[in-house]
Amino acid sequence: MSTVEQIGQLPASTKTGPTLASGRLRLLLIGVVCLLVSLLRFAGDFGFIKYTLQALFFAGLIFVVLGLIPNRKTPALPIAVVLAYVFLYAPILVLVIYSFNASRNNANWTGFTLSWYEDLLKGGAALALSDTSSASMQVGLFQYVRNSLIVAFSAMLISTVIGTLVALGMERYRFKLRSALDVVLYLPIIIPDVAMGIAMAVFFNLAFKILNRFIGIDAALGFPTIIISHVAFNISFVSVVVRARLAGMDPALEEAAYDSGANEWQTFRRIILPLIAPGIIGGALLAFTLSLDDYVITFFTAGVGTSTLPIYVFGLVRFSVTPAINALSTLMMLFSMIIVTLSLAMQRR
Amino acid sequence: MNLATWAQEAAQQRRQRERRTQNVLITPAVFWLIVFFLLPLSIVLVYSFMQDDPGGGVIPILNIENYVNLLNPDYFLIFWQSFNMAIANTLICLLISYPVAYFITRRPPRTRALLMMLVIVPFWTNFLVRTYAWKVVLGANGIISSSLMAIGLIDRPLRLLYTQTAVMIGLVYSYLPFMLLPIYANLEKFDHTLMEAAHDSGADNFWAFVRVMLPLSRPGIIAGSVLTFIPSISAYILSTILGGGKFFMLGDLITREFTTYRDWPFASAISITLMVMVSIGVFIYFRLTTEAERL
Repeated sequence: MSTVEQIGQLPASTKTGPTLASGRLRLLLIGVVCLLVSLLRFAGDFGFIKYTLQALFFAGLIFVVLGLIPNRKTPALPIAVVLAYVFLYAPILVLVIYSFNASRNNANWTGFTLSWYEDLLKGGAALALSDTSSASMQVGLFQYVRNSLIVAFSAMLISTVIGTLVALGMERYRFKLRSALDVVLYLPIIIPDVAMGIAMAVFFNLAFKILNRFIGIDAALGFPTIIISHVAFNISFVSVVVRARLAGMDPALEEAAYDSGANEWQTFRRIILPLIAPGIIGGALLAFTLSLDDYVITFFTAGVGTSTLPIYVFGLVRFSVTPAINALSTLMMLFSMIIVTLSLAMQRR
Repeated sequence: MNLATWAQEAAQQRRQRERRTQNVLITPAVFWLIVFFLLPLSIVLVYSFMQDDPGGGVIPILNIENYVNLLNPDYFLIFWQSFNMAIANTLICLLISYPVAYFITRRPPRTRALLMMLVIVPFWTNFLVRTYAWKVVLGANGIISSSLMAIGLIDRPLRLLYTQTAVMIGLVYSYLPFMLLPIYANLEKFDHTLMEAAHDSGADNFWAFVRVMLPLSRPGIIAGSVLTFIPSISAYILSTILGGGKFFMLGDLITREFTTYRDWPFASAISITLMVMVSIGVFIYFRLTTEAERL
């Protein structure tokens, strides 16, 4: 049934008399009242009424949104959109602002300071959960940053090579089990990271037992196990990005190269590679950020002394809020922004 | 040698060369994914049917006790809770995303690109940092609590952090782009003259929306809902940081069983169940959308 036919079948009530939409303001009002009443939740403990208030909250939300259904005459929609953007940026701004706060206590603004950043650069003394900042804590931060960079660089290099190769294979050739490989390539992207984490942990545990019993090698979790696991999920992300680039490439260019007498390698080296280079670099940077930011899979595959920065940061943010963590977070955000901007600039070329 | 056999041989040689190149291209990935991805997952599947060895590891006795154990009210509650949180998150993200996406599609192209960029930017930052930011906002000394106290609305700090609400806010914040992007992609293609046609046929804004725009944006809504639901049901770090260990989700349960209690078979069984739930989501996604509608 086409849309035009549907319009013809609109209920009679929509054409005359008052409708739900004409009561937009009323809806908005009801929604706001519901939301306000549901705020009572925070006033105290009401036992089972809690759930009623929760339901009221959702109902209020729905009423408000229905009340905001686009109408060029009311400014309701722009206001809602502005609120959505405030929701997206407020926490980040608050975090950045408080990283310059002189007070240890997040609540009160007592003055501008760079001392938390100084502390960080001096070695993260103030990051210590207790105020007894020991020498080992100072070494700590840089150790974790170094570990993170080792893992991210290695995982990026390996996964970029393998991911690019498989992208070429998938886009240029038709072979048996190609669709099966397609599915397997997508799996690491959709699988819950905690499921993959424990899978890697049991796998390495079993593999080490077998190595020990049959070859007599004593292996333990460390950089290789983290890197292997990161490569396992990064291959998929790199191949997706490179394949997108390959798909957008004009096949005539390749054929022209073959017609001019170039062999496969020459065609790859002189034609394909330069054309998909932005895709490869974009994929590599994506792999680098994913690896750098990963907490869950690293947690399950890291050994003694090979913990990465996210593992350290998780330990910090789990129970405490301090300006020093705010400063560290701000720096981490800045760093990810730079990398992703680079990655996007590459892919747009 | 006649021309036909020569051509045949040349073609065969070419095919062989192509097969060799193709093998070089796909073998490393196939090897890596089989050994370091599919094999580990298979081990988890096998372990989930074995018995826990209290000393660590598993006892190879096949049974389905781990799965039966999932029906135990304590564990089932966590399943139920995670499921509810994921559904609620999907609904809230939909309610926020739809108007925002609509608004953006009605802007001129340049503004549109900028506004979409602004939606994605916060998403680039580290997951832990993003979640921690909410801890700064919601905490007892956080900005909400202290400003409300400053203007005298409340006289003692609010308990926002370490509640279900905090986890909910974190979920919405983390997965909003998963909903917004597909809905935006869909609404961008929406032909707005249809709304005018509806108006001309006597429909007001509300009915034009319900009868025309909403049905046509169904694919975007489905794609967004599935893409939001899947990661939110397996969300894990978020509930630890914002729920403070008081509010458990499936990911937390798996980690606790695996690391603290070292009950690998049970952790494997929960993990397999979670993967099945995610697969059902993906299956629904592929069934309800056509290739052109997918992202």
